[in-house]
Amino acid sequence: MTDLLEPRAIGQSLVRRDGEQKVRGTATYAFETPVEHPAYAHPVQATIARGRVTAMDTAAAQALDGVLAVLTPFTAERLASVEDAEYAVLQSPDVAFRGQLIGVVVAETSEVARQAADAIAVTYAEQPHDSELRTDRPDLYAPEQVNAGHPTDVVDGDVEAAMRSAEVTVDHTYQTQMLHNNPIEPHATVALWEPGADVPLTLWDSTQGVHPDRAAVSEVFGLDEEQVRVVCPYVGGGFGSKGNPHANVMLTTMAARALPGRPVKLALTRQQMFFLTGYRTPTIQRMQLAADHRGRLQAIAIDVVEQTSKVKEFAEQTGVPTRMMYASPNRRSTHRLAPLDVPIPSWMRAPGECPGMFGPEVALDELAVELGIDPVRLRIVNEPEVDPDTGKPWSSRHLVECLRDGAHRFDWDSRGPGRRREGDWFVGCGVASSVYPTMRQATSTATVRHSNGRYTVEIGAADLGTGAWTILPQIAADALDADVADVEVRIGDTRYPTASVAGGSSGTNTWGSAIVQAAREFRGKYGADPRDGDEASGDVDQASPNEDHAAYAFGAQFAEVRVHADTGEIRLPRLLGVFACGRIINPRTARSQLIGGMTMGMSMALHENSVFDTRIGQVANHDLAEYHISVNADVQQIEAHWLDEHDPYVNVMGAKGIGEIGITGTAAAVVNAVHHATGVRVRSLPVTLDKLLPGLP
Amino acid sequence: MDAEISLRVDGESHRLTVDTRTTLLDALRERLGNTSPKKGCDHGQCGACTVLLDGQRSLICLALAVAHDGAEITTADGLAPAGELHPVQQAFLEQDAFQCGYCTPGQVCSAVGVLDEVARGWPSHVTEDLTGDVELSDAEVSERMSGNLCRCAAYENITPAVQQAGAR
Repeated sequence: MTDLLEPRAIGQSLVRRDGEQKVRGTATYAFETPVEHPAYAHPVQATIARGRVTAMDTAAAQALDGVLAVLTPFTAERLASVEDAEYAVLQSPDVAFRGQLIGVVVAETSEVARQAADAIAVTYAEQPHDSELRTDRPDLYAPEQVNAGHPTDVVDGDVEAAMRSAEVTVDHTYQTQMLHNNPIEPHATVALWEPGADVPLTLWDSTQGVHPDRAAVSEVFGLDEEQVRVVCPYVGGGFGSKGNPHANVMLTTMAARALPGRPVKLALTRQQMFFLTGYRTPTIQRMQLAADHRGRLQAIAIDVVEQTSKVKEFAEQTGVPTRMMYASPNRRSTHRLAPLDVPIPSWMRAPGECPGMFGPEVALDELAVELGIDPVRLRIVNEPEVDPDTGKPWSSRHLVECLRDGAHRFDWDSRGPGRRREGDWFVGCGVASSVYPTMRQATSTATVRHSNGRYTVEIGAADLGTGAWTILPQIAADALDADVADVEVRIGDTRYPTASVAGGSSGTNTWGSAIVQAAREFRGKYGADPRDGDEASGDVDQASPNEDHAAYAFGAQFAEVRVHADTGEIRLPRLLGVFACGRIINPRTARSQLIGGMTMGMSMALHENSVFDTRIGQVANHDLAEYHISVNADVQQIEAHWLDEHDPYVNVMGAKGIGEIGITGTAAAVVNAVHHATGVRVRSLPVTLDKLLPGLP
Repeated sequence: MDAEISLRVDGESHRLTVDTRTTLLDALRERLGNTSPKKGCDHGQCGACTVLLDGQRSLICLALAVAHDGAEITTADGLAPAGELHPVQQAFLEQDAFQCGYCTPGQVCSAVGVLDEVARGWPSHVTEDLTGDVELSDAEVSERMSGNLCRCAAYENITPAVQQAGAR
C-alpha cells in the first residue's frame, strides 16, 4: 500500500499543452520533419499470396530520371539479425503473404519513386496459398503462451459435468471480425544514415515508443543502441499498430543506408497499411455457461480459435478476461491458432480484452433472457470476492457500483420487456461490462533538473493523443510540490531516459511512477530550495510493486439502439459508460480517451470489417472508403462517467490506465440492445442490416 | 513533365515547379514545406487534407496542382496570425475536440467552411426547412462534418466545438 500523492495539479482539467500546435497543424509528425534535401521512397509489394520471386527486372525503373536507388531481395544488404521474420526485409525471395515487401525505390520526388516502383517487372514461382480461418482445420495448434505472457489454456474444475447437471445452460459460438487499427496518420519514417558520425542513424518515426523502436532497429542492423537516435514528439494515432516497429521501418532504414547523408522519407499509403502494419485477428469463440435458477454461474468456458501468420506468431489473448470477470466453480479458457498465409496480426486497442469481452458478455445476456433475470442483476450476482484466476484480493473492484450507477444514469429500469416499437423503429437497450488490467512496465527512467525556479523533466515517453504531454507535468508538479506552470516535461526522443512503449494502458502508471521516483530523489538530495543545475533521476522499479493484488479497471456500458422496422437500419442514439479506473489525472483528456474508446467500440459493433478474400489472400476493402469507421453523424450521444475511485495499491498516483477500457464490452452492449429491440440475436460482428432483416417481425 | 505555377498560401505568394502528377497536397507538403494539411488516405476518403481553396473547403489530395495555377489557399495555420487562434481553433482547444491531432487541421478548416455554408443558408441532407435560416443543431453539424474522419473519435467534442464557434 502506498501513500497517495496529494492531488493539486492532478485532477485539474488542463487544456492540452500541445493543443495550439495541433489546431494550427504545426505539430510535426514523422514525415513532416524538416530535413535538408530529402529523397522519397516507395515500396514494392508482392502480388502473390505465397511462393517465390524468381526475377525482378529493374532496368526501366532505374532508367527513370530522378531514381536514386532500387533495392530488391537480390541486391539489398544482409541484415545482422533475421530472428524476427517480420523484420527480415528483402533477405529472401520467398513470399509468405500477399503484399509482403519485396523491394523499394528511392527517388528525388515521391511521384517518380512511385512510378519507378510500378515499373519494376516481377516474375514469380507461385504456390497455392491457404488463408481461410475455420474451426475444423486439422492444423490448429496451441501456442506456447498467448500475448502478454498469459498461459494458453487454464482449466479449473469440470465444465462438461457442470453443463450436464445445471438447471440452465448457454452454448453458442460468437465471432469477432478482422479489424485494422487505421490511425489517420499513416505509418511513416524519415531515416538519415551518416556513417562516421557519433550517432550514424537517425529515425524520425511514427511510433508509440522511441526506445523500443530503437532497440528493434539496432538489433536488426547490428548497431549499438547508442548509434541510433529515434525522435517522435507527436504520433497521429496508433491504437497498437505503432507499438512495435513494422517492416516499413526496416525498409526505410535500408533505403537510407543505400544513400548515405541523404534523409529518406517513406510514408505507407492507406492501402499498404492493410498488409504491413498489423491488425486484430478475427476470433471464433465457443462460449459455455451453466447456471442455477438464480443465475449463479456453475461453469464458464471460452474456447477460442483465431489466426496467425505462418511467418510470425501472434496469439491474441482473447480468452483471458473470462478467467477473472465472474465467479464460477468450474472454468475453462483455451486458445488455438490457425497458421495461415496472411499478413502478421498484432496489437490493436485492448488486444485480448476487446474481442474477449464480446462472446462472454453476449452469452451472459442470452443467459439472462433464458432465466428471465435482469442482465445487470445477473452480473451482480456473479461478482467474485477475489480474483478467480489467481485467488488474490482485488486492489479495488467497483464493477457493481459502475453497473448500478450506470443503470441509474441511463434509466435502465424503464427499458421494459423488449421489442418496443416507436413509429417505424424498434427501440431497445443493452448492457455489458468492461475491464482492462492495470499494467506497469518493468523499465522507465525519468530525470528532474532545476533551473531558475523551473523544473525540466525528461523521459522518452510518447503521446499518441493520450494527453501525456499534459498529464505528466501534472504528476511531476504534485510529486515536486511545485506549480504545474513551472514544470516542463520533454518526451519523444531517445536522448531522454529510457521509457516503455505507450501500450497496455500502462503509460501513466509506468512513466508517472518513474517521474514520482525522480522527484522524490530530487527533493531528498536537494531539498525544497535547489540550485540551478541540480539533477536527479528515478526508475519505475524503485516504485513499490503491487504483486499481492489483482489490479484491474472496470466499467459498465449501456447502449440504446433503434432498428428500422422495414430497412433494418441501425442507429445508436445513446451510449453511456461508467468506469472505475482509479484517480483521474486530467478529466478533460480522460473523458476524451474514454469516449474515444467507446466510439471505436461502437464502430466495431456496427461498421468496421476487413473483408478477407480467401481466394486471393487479401483484404478486399483495403481503404477508408470501404473499411468503414464511425463518422461524426454516427455519433449522437456518448457519455463517459467515472467513480471517484482511490486505489492505494496500484501506484502512488492511484491511477489505473484508461486508454483501452472504453473499447471493451461496447460491441456486446450494442448486440444486446439490438436483441432487446428486435428479438434478433447477432453472434457475429459487425451487426449489419442483412443479419437483422430476416428476423424482423 | 514539369509545369510552373503560382500559388498563394496563407497569404504568401509562391512560384514553383511541379510534376504534372503532383497533387495540391503534395505541392504544399513536399515542395513548399507547409505540412498543416495532412495526408491520411490520398484518395479523398478521410478529410485530413481539407483546406480552404479559393474560399471553400476542399480536399486537396484530389486536386492536381497544375490545374490550380493562381489558386488562393488557406490552411489551418493561415486562419489566424501567429500567437492567435481562430474562434474555431479556440473552440477545439476548449472542447478537447481532438486527441492525436492529425485530422485536426482538416477538421478545423472543414468547420470554418461549414460555418460559412450555414451562414449562406446552404441546406444539407438533414435540413428540414429549406427556406429559412439553417440552425446549427447537433444533426446539422454532424452531417456536415462527416467527411472528416477522426480515428481517436473526438466527434462527441467536435460537434459542440463547431457550435461554440458558430455562436460567436
